[in-house]
Amino acid sequence: MYVEPNTNERLEGQKSIPFYKKQVRRALRNCGFINPEDINEYIAADGYQALAKCLTEMSPDEVIDTVVQSGLRGRGGGGYPTGLKWKYTRQSQSDEKYIICNADEGDPGAFMDRSILEGDPHSVLEAMAIAGYAIGAQYGYIYIRAEYPLAISRLEIAIKQARKLGLLGENIFSTGFNFNIGLRYGAGAFVCGEETALIHSVEGKRGEPSSKPPFPAQRGVWDKPSCVNNVETFANIPPIFLKGPDWFKKIGTEKSPGTKVFALAGKVNNVGLVEVPMGITLREVIFEIGGGIKNNKKFKAVQTGGPSGGCITKDNLDIPIDYESLSSIGSMMGSGGMIVMDEDNCMVDIAKFYLEFTKDESCGKCTPCRIGNTRMLEILEKITKGNGTEQDLKDLAQLGDVIKDTSLCGLGQTSPNPVLSTLHYFEDEYLAHVKDKRCPAGVCQSLFSFHILPEKCVGCTACARICPAHCIEGELKKVHVIDQERCIKCSACYNTCKFNAIEKG
Amino acid sequence: MAKLKTVEELKKIRQAALDQLDLRSTAESEDKVLVRVGMATCGIASGARTTMKAIMDEIAKQGLTNVSVTQTGCMGYCAQEPVVEVASKDMPSVIYGKVDEKRGREIVNEHIKNGRLLQNAIINKSFENLE
Repeated sequence: MYVEPNTNERLEGQKSIPFYKKQVRRALRNCGFINPEDINEYIAADGYQALAKCLTEMSPDEVIDTVVQSGLRGRGGGGYPTGLKWKYTRQSQSDEKYIICNADEGDPGAFMDRSILEGDPHSVLEAMAIAGYAIGAQYGYIYIRAEYPLAISRLEIAIKQARKLGLLGENIFSTGFNFNIGLRYGAGAFVCGEETALIHSVEGKRGEPSSKPPFPAQRGVWDKPSCVNNVETFANIPPIFLKGPDWFKKIGTEKSPGTKVFALAGKVNNVGLVEVPMGITLREVIFEIGGGIKNNKKFKAVQTGGPSGGCITKDNLDIPIDYESLSSIGSMMGSGGMIVMDEDNCMVDIAKFYLEFTKDESCGKCTPCRIGNTRMLEILEKITKGNGTEQDLKDLAQLGDVIKDTSLCGLGQTSPNPVLSTLHYFEDEYLAHVKDKRCPAGVCQSLFSFHILPEKCVGCTACARICPAHCIEGELKKVHVIDQERCIKCSACYNTCKFNAIEKG
Repeated sequence: MAKLKTVEELKKIRQAALDQLDLRSTAESEDKVLVRVGMATCGIASGARTTMKAIMDEIAKQGLTNVSVTQTGCMGYCAQEPVVEVASKDMPSVIYGKVDEKRGREIVNEHIKNGRLLQNAIINKSFENLE
């Protein structure tokens, strides 16, 4: 187990694990290296040098040009060019402007922004100050969900330390530039990740989206021009100034330069936070970095983009990851959640899960989203209970299209995506539910039952003992029988039987 | 700490902090050992607090004075949390995965005190950071 102290040799001889091999960490450059509660460690890692450079050597227009040249696009999901957003906000005439950091990370299974804020809060603060200088704002808000207490406390410490050193506050680096940052807590509404809803929430109003135009760049928080960027976008900013826009473009694809952080979750071996160059294939992420599917099961699909995205099947595993190619196959980049599913996942059930989420999170302002999603969910529930018809599948598709076309904000416009994409790629699974009243993955409880195969049962009583409903009867060394009336389909007997005598179907 | 007025002052802080941090490049910190415990929500949820306490407790028990224990953010390898990195002069920095209380004490006793690596618990760090 232990070896002699000749450690160098030992380590070099060791196989480097593939989890880190294909990663390029830019946004996460300091996460896991520095102490997030010590500003000196961030400064040691070239922290605040980019801000110093911008303030002392560059004009705001030059700062914006650099970001435009880098080709950085919004990492929150939409992929809007960050430089242009800054430019439009700069062009708006106003006495006051605001820079806002969107840290309202609401996708189920996503934790990129949280990890950046917990591991490297200063990089976000620095980038916000740079953005403030570029667009002409003196104040920034970080809109963060209250469910992230550790991120909040680390941000508070970071802001305090930066103020103490004069890196936030008045007359930064004696240049006459003033900038300060305040935190605003979100109460956990998913819709508040949408920028207009977020702005209303920052103002203390109800988190409801409003129509664009006017864009936040013209009229945002307190009716002043505002620029909303995502945490990961900000984390990418400082290195662009230290190493140049050309360095930034060296990695990634032509239209989507740089890297993207993904929260790899679900049925993969190496669950974790990975940062990969744009243009890498899903196969590399899931099978090399992720180490393949747990328990040697078969890969079925990967869900990207959270409740707004769609499922990607194994036929599309080799397309390069960037904004355009993911949209072209009916999913989206989203903020970077990547949930891997294996053969035990029922796609109808997955679609139902996401729709339950969006139905709950719909703010209720527009009818198609509020009522349409509820109706779609009812249809899905009907299908999973075994009462679906083929007409229901047509209704789902039609209703989904209408909701997409007629909703005001991004939540409604994308909420049918999980249903539409599973309906497109896994129609046979829907048909199995509707026509054969069968759930191929064995998830939808109403559509399967457990039976004991008399020829295989040896009468060991293991199943009868584990059954929580006490519905398996039989004597020792005699064939057992499940009482279907009382069975709660918990699978306990199925998992316990050592003789494969229990059949699911 | 006084407020920074110039970029030079920032560079001074940077140099001072670097000297403190980069164990491998400074001669004076020859026998210093730095232990970093991944303490983001993911690490804490898998028990990083207990691990950190155990490591500090064991260091005190063994009377080691050259070790400093700090926290850091998420190293990304959530499947292996809690993750602990040990950096010392003359040795490449080593990352250990799934460090519970027991393994934390082992790291102090075997790696830090006796210079022996816990081979079965090493995660090798080999990604490029920023290139």
